[in-house]
Amino acid sequence: MKVYKKIFFIVILSTFINHSHAKAPIEFISEITSNASNILKENITIDQKAEKLIVLAENAVDIDGIGLYSLGKHRKSITEEKLSEYKTLFRKYFLKSFSSRLSQYSDPQIIVTSQNIINNKYTIVSSVLVETAERPEIKIDWRVYTKNPNKPLIRDLIIEGLSLARTQKEEFNSVIQSADGDVDALLVNLKDFNSK
Amino acid sequence: MNRIIIILLISLITASSSYAGSDGKNELSKNPNGEVKDCFETINRGVFAFNEGLRSVIFEPLAKGYLKLPSPVRTGTGNMLSNLGNVVTIPNNLLQGDLVLAIKNIARFGVNTTIGILGVFDPASKIGLNNYDREDYGQTLGRWGFKEGCYVVLPVLGPSTVRDTIASIASFSGGDAWYNITVRNDTHYVSDFDYYFSRGATGVDFLAKNLGAVKNLEENSIDFYASVKSLYLQERRQKIANADKVTETFDDSDWEEIETQ
Repeated sequence: MKVYKKIFFIVILSTFINHSHAKAPIEFISEITSNASNILKENITIDQKAEKLIVLAENAVDIDGIGLYSLGKHRKSITEEKLSEYKTLFRKYFLKSFSSRLSQYSDPQIIVTSQNIINNKYTIVSSVLVETAERPEIKIDWRVYTKNPNKPLIRDLIIEGLSLARTQKEEFNSVIQSADGDVDALLVNLKDFNSK
Repeated sequence: MNRIIIILLISLITASSSYAGSDGKNELSKNPNGEVKDCFETINRGVFAFNEGLRSVIFEPLAKGYLKLPSPVRTGTGNMLSNLGNVVTIPNNLLQGDLVLAIKNIARFGVNTTIGILGVFDPASKIGLNNYDREDYGQTLGRWGFKEGCYVVLPVLGPSTVRDTIASIASFSGGDAWYNITVRNDTHYVSDFDYYFSRGATGVDFLAKNLGAVKNLEENSIDFYASVKSLYLQERRQKIANADKVTETFDDSDWEEIETQ
């Protein structure tokens, strides 16, 4: 009986510990945007900002997931070996383009406004990039992957209704289609981009 | 008005994949992943390259110069061009059966054209007549259930689809009051130049507002043509469905298959 009591206690305790670490997607995005904003505000070089943003992205973004999504239907026909090569190239490509895109902004103010739980795997968090003299207010939605509630990850950014992941997927598909369905053409393009 | 009806009838006949009896939103949700074919890809890529040349040689320097103007001047110009866009938005509100929005846009246009001095100022927003989304004849055809047809890139004008190109003929056939009083009819107050200048200014204003984003996209794309095509088609679908979220206009089932945790 004592053993059952112990098991019961451990189960209850572990549940409590899990819940105490679970982060609501809206809090997760607030924290990420705040961290990114702090990096961009820092008085450091663009390269230093890019380095810090890469560390942030590696912890907060599901790069492998986005990579697989971007490969679209081709991920089902690609060999394991090629897939592994693709994942490595995509990770490098993603981090390079992500940091390049963001590091040119200075002090962006993002206000997280609401969240919409789609299912147990996805929540869409809504936010706005506050307007400046140069540009109007921009709506940004974040697709957060919540399968593991203790480790939510960003899978897509939807800017004014335009999905970056979808754009990426259609871009990659175009490259592959132009080479008569040969995924190697995409790998070559990614290598070229990464070596620039 | 007769001309608009004729154009719409022609487009009813010629649209390759027309589907009568459905509203645009339902059609989109029924076929959310329906790919838009790039039937003229080789030509499109050639025209795209030509347009990119125009952008870098003509429009980008103009946009950079425009950005040097004082902020109130740019805001006033943007307001005026946006106000002018109402003359196409209002008939399309009506064609889409959105009477309430049409009335609001008529009121907005009236207030901003008079009190707002030809639209330079935006007093309508201050009295609750907000700036609603623009509508055009392509969006109306989309709402009526017409699919996009093939993707096309038009010289100077940029990305479009067969449906949107056919629909834009309506604007040049009586459906755009601004075009009517500048180009079609010889009025003593405005001329062809005013129309083409306003169209050019709209392009420069748009590019100036999005210059950073366009350059960024170009630098970080491995196929810039495909990226622009994707963004254009996503935006059109979203506008036609009048949806706030991308999840309302596209099938997300692909995401459900991907497990990384």
